[in-house]
Amino acid sequence: MSQAFTKSMARNIFFGGTVFFFLLLVALTVDTMQVLPKRDHRENITPSVARGKHVWERNDCIGCHTLLGEGAYFAPELGNVYQRRGGEFIKAWMQAMPTKAPGRRQMPQFNLTPEELDDLVAFLKWSGEINTAKWPPNIEG
Amino acid sequence: MRYQSQAVAKPYFIAAIGLFVGQVLFGLIMGLQYVIGDFLFPAIPFNVARMVHTNLLIVWLLFGFMGSAYYLIPEEAETELFSPKLALLMFWVFLVAGALTIVGYLAVPYAALAKMTFNDLWPTMGREFLEQPLLTKLGIVVVALVFLFNISMTVLKGRKTSISLVLLMGLWGLAIFFLFSFYNPSNLVLDKYFWWWTVHLWVEGVWELILGALLAFVLIKVTGVDREIIEKWLYLIIAMTLVTGIVGTGHHYFWIGTPEYWQWFGSVFSALEPIPFFMMTVFAFNMVNRRRREHPNRAATLWALGTGVMAFLGAGVWGFLHTLAPVNYYTHGTQITSAHGHMSFYGAYVMVVLTMISYAMPMMRGRAANSDKAQVMEMWSFWLMTVSMVFITLFLTAAGILQVWLQRVSATPLGFMAAQDQVTLFYWLREISGLVFLVGLVLYIAHFFVGGASRKAA
Repeated sequence: MSQAFTKSMARNIFFGGTVFFFLLLVALTVDTMQVLPKRDHRENITPSVARGKHVWERNDCIGCHTLLGEGAYFAPELGNVYQRRGGEFIKAWMQAMPTKAPGRRQMPQFNLTPEELDDLVAFLKWSGEINTAKWPPNIEG
Repeated sequence: MRYQSQAVAKPYFIAAIGLFVGQVLFGLIMGLQYVIGDFLFPAIPFNVARMVHTNLLIVWLLFGFMGSAYYLIPEEAETELFSPKLALLMFWVFLVAGALTIVGYLAVPYAALAKMTFNDLWPTMGREFLEQPLLTKLGIVVVALVFLFNISMTVLKGRKTSISLVLLMGLWGLAIFFLFSFYNPSNLVLDKYFWWWTVHLWVEGVWELILGALLAFVLIKVTGVDREIIEKWLYLIIAMTLVTGIVGTGHHYFWIGTPEYWQWFGSVFSALEPIPFFMMTVFAFNMVNRRRREHPNRAATLWALGTGVMAFLGAGVWGFLHTLAPVNYYTHGTQITSAHGHMSFYGAYVMVVLTMISYAMPMMRGRAANSDKAQVMEMWSFWLMTVSMVFITLFLTAAGILQVWLQRVSATPLGFMAAQDQVTLFYWLREISGLVFLVGLVLYIAHFFVGGASRKAA
């Protein structure tokens, strides 16, 4: 690099650029927060949905599954599982685990109460109704 | 080693390497579970193994960063560390907290751990990479603050260089953005949105400042190139990093409920994110070519060059591969993501910590460089780990492309597990590459114990 371009010029670009683009992120975030209620339908977050999210979290479901494409890639996407399978299937499935089929991937038995299962299904139903810009591409997730 | 207190880095480095071994072993367990689904079930379910694998990675990299800072800061500031005792105390606090957390993951079901640690009072657990119980999270904050106090006081009483300033900014940023891990609203979209302020702004933001500073430090030492030139490069690289990376956060906001304009912001800015990594590669090779001394530690130079190349490939190229919204629409949440994750973490953060250890460890053991025999073994471990990581990435990419095709593109899409069954071959190949990686890691550890005539301290 030429001698005319000094370290202090490089430093100024760093500080100026960082501040500018961080402010841009903040501005976009403020705008996103205004728009989000129309997309996430937060009016439908009932106490059951909120409890369901905690059931999801305290059993570390994200350690195998993806939810809206984020998580682990060992087991199916669950953001649209309510649409794919329906609530009754989800509950029956979880109660039947593990399959113990030799050599197949196994899902643990989490021993959820009937209330916890209802809450979890409510959470997954609500998650499936978020406006995700038409993701995933098809029902298989 | 110029200052006695730099030696506190040693236990940090040893712990880092120990936890690295654990991380790789659990990676191998998971790799096997991909093909033999019931392996170690129900003793170690996949989600537990994955938590251990990713959390060990984070913790050992943090040990590596802290150890590196304790070595680097006194030398840059030209003064002893503010308090070596505090540094040692925090080492034990962090090690015990980390070990207890991992034991907790393995010993009891996760839901029981959540109950035991009063997660209901302030639920923060059960989110990817932030699975730690509240107490562990608070412990991380305390350790980070005491550590930052210690090194900041050292810089304040000594010489202030651009390298230590950049390192301090990176480490303070690490602590500040970790605070978003305590925010966990019931609204999943808000949860995800700010979860990325920890995760993305760490690995594609402030951690890159740490990476740049450590690399610049080692390059000054091994090449003898003028500090002004190296620090000018450093500022330019991290300027490009944050100019592209901050708004690049948007590439995580395509499909989680956030507005569609993020597809433009995320695609454009993250498409530019490879630039700073490319600059880093050019920088490393340029400085080594213009070297004004022949440093006897050739292994450290190899690691430094490798960091530039592999960070560019893993973070830059493999990141770009799936970052444009129309591509990501199909690849989001598949093995493509996993491929990128593996090579970027290895190429950027694992390798820069190993670069620092390679340079600093011989110094702390009273010599400028290890014996030729030890260095040859270290270079073998470099090539074995690096090449096998390239293959892990290639096999996961192949699996990912097939998965995307079978499950999302084809006219008759398969279900998730049916698609997984079709790509088993690549999971086996990935596991074999993982075993080669383990061989490299064993050689890496062995090189510390190889004797022979060592080079004198400079």
